Amino acid sequence: MDSVTKRYPDGTVAVDRLSLEIPDRSITVLVGPSGCGKTTTLRMINRMVEPSEGTILLDGEDLQRQPVTTLRRSMGYVIQNAGLFQHRTILDNIATVPRMLGRGKQKSRERAAELMERVGLDASLAKRYPYQLSGGQQQRVGVARALAADPPVLLMDEPFSAVDPVVRKGLQDELLRIQDELGKTIVFVTHDIDEAIKLGTMVAVMRTGGRLAQFAPPAELLSDPADAFVEDFLGADRGIRRLSFFSSAGLELTRGPVVRADAGAERLAAADGAPHLLVTDADGRPLGWAEPRGLSAGDLAAGPLLSCGRPFVPGTDSLRAALDCAVLSPTGWAVAVDADGRVIGVVSQQTIGEAIRSAHGAGSPGDERTAEEPADVTKVAP
Amino acid sequence: MNGFFDIPSDLDNTYFGLIGLHLREALLPVLAGLLAALPLAQLCVRFRWLYPPVLGVTTVFYAIPSLAVFVVLIDYTGQTELTVMIPLAVYSLVVLVPAIVDGVRSVPEETLAASTAMGFGPVRRYLQVQLPIAVPAILAGLRVAVASSISLVSVGALIGNQGALGNLLADAQKYGRPELAVNSVLTTAVLAILCDAVLVLVRNLLTPWMPRGRRQRPKEAAARPEPQEAAAK
Ligand SMILES: Nc1ncnc2c1ncn2[C@@H]1O[C@H](COP(=O)(O)OP(=O)(O)O)[C@@H](O)[C@H]1O
Ligand SMILES: [Mg+2]
Repeated sequence: MDSVTKRYPDGTVAVDRLSLEIPDRSITVLVGPSGCGKTTTLRMINRMVEPSEGTILLDGEDLQRQPVTTLRRSMGYVIQNAGLFQHRTILDNIATVPRMLGRGKQKSRERAAELMERVGLDASLAKRYPYQLSGGQQQRVGVARALAADPPVLLMDEPFSAVDPVVRKGLQDELLRIQDELGKTIVFVTHDIDEAIKLGTMVAVMRTGGRLAQFAPPAELLSDPADAFVEDFLGADRGIRRLSFFSSAGLELTRGPVVRADAGAERLAAADGAPHLLVTDADGRPLGWAEPRGLSAGDLAAGPLLSCGRPFVPGTDSLRAALDCAVLSPTGWAVAVDADGRVIGVVSQQTIGEAIRSAHGAGSPGDERTAEEPADVTKVAP
Repeated sequence: MNGFFDIPSDLDNTYFGLIGLHLREALLPVLAGLLAALPLAQLCVRFRWLYPPVLGVTTVFYAIPSLAVFVVLIDYTGQTELTVMIPLAVYSLVVLVPAIVDGVRSVPEETLAASTAMGFGPVRRYLQVQLPIAVPAILAGLRVAVASSISLVSVGALIGNQGALGNLLADAQKYGRPELAVNSVLTTAVLAILCDAVLVLVRNLLTPWMPRGRRQRPKEAAARPEPQEAAAK
């Protein structure tokens, strides 16, 4: 989008000289307070709203050069409350665009059934009508319908705003999974900064008046907000949230205080000096923390144990998860386990603190999401 | 009651013949009204400013007594069925136009946005989205229009033999046979109820997608709407 402005007939400037390069095959989130022009921006991409000034290029070609219906059928569109056709069955809702594109009825329905599975809808819902579905299920149908003709571009306008937080989280995870499989170019609008940070490869923060405040990957947004508005919009705990983008792989673990429940006296003696001992079962799964004083060899699990809380998996979980474990742990130590839940070591809050400081020092976080950022960042761009 | 079904010979018709005539004179105008109302309503939806004047004009037409219309029409169409049916068709507009406009307007904003975003043109959108979703409202309008039309046909008796069952009322007075009046009123009422039942049935067949509160399994219910429910309405 090159210096795009939208002025409505009543004089409202909804979008003001907005320039954005939307990267191909990844999720770009437009986020900002209500009324800042997100919907208008999104609708200019499928020409439901025509820009007053500026041009929008898709794959280097001006949007105006394509017939508008062709353009729209090549872009899936998902909105709040799904906007399903209440008079058609779920299957026929999803099959709408393929049918319009002239694929046969049977073919379109097969495709629709395939998509229901992809978005996690039970096949038994196919013959139902929208009113018989929950909000979350309707939203899934909305996503399936948008994907039905396999469009390269997906436009989503606050698609998950009207469902409750638990369902929303499920839908977000599902979207990330589907995106992993399909690699669409998604433009996602939300007013929820957490959703933006969770889903976005790139996040465009917009401010009232339709101006772009900052366009950056989420980790950079958290570490270097462009101005007070963005900082304020990110909220008070952006430091903690930023830790989500650092891997816990580099944490230095110690096995010193880890003992098996059937450990002998010399093992206990060796661990002497540690303020707490982490007792594990014979398989190495954590049972709980014990006070070393007054412990004698034998069945350590029999004595009073403090809960060891939720452990973290180094490499898979972020530094934020590791810090959270340490903060919640009664001893201040976080328990690290492997993928099978066996203890591989423990780490103190102090060590995590040092890791955070050195991570900040190193600058850009080395998390996998930023690592796989697409190389060609020029498809929907001048 | 003796002679209940003994139709006076001046009507030149049998009991069932009267019923057929009555239905024809009542339903054809509503059908014509519907055909006129559909494009008219679409214009009102498309050009919002048109709706208030259209509504005003149909209401004024409705306020004109049918006798006055007969007086004007009789010069052109004579003492025929057509003279009775023309005002009835015009009257039906006062119910049908707002019913269709409201129905089409009741389509949620999101549904319209979604259809536009999927590449529906205006015609396809009207036929495949707006009209089907307006069906319950249209059928509700039709029920009112049909019921009122069935009762209004009787005034055709004013211009001679065109009142169908209404002529029984006139004859009841003329020949001093009150049972003919009872026959007329009862038969008209039964016709109205039966027609209404048919319309409810049609609505249920056309809208299996409507939430129907007290039904446990909507799929089955849609397949065979209970007749007793239809008759009750
Ligand atoms: N059709 C319209 N006519 C006039 N003003 C509009 C129209 N649509 C949106 N606006 C105005 O444009 C601004 C941006 O709207 P919108 O893009 O919907 O914001 P957002 O999606 O971020 O909440 C708002 O001030 C809104 O009132
Ligand atoms: Mg919006």
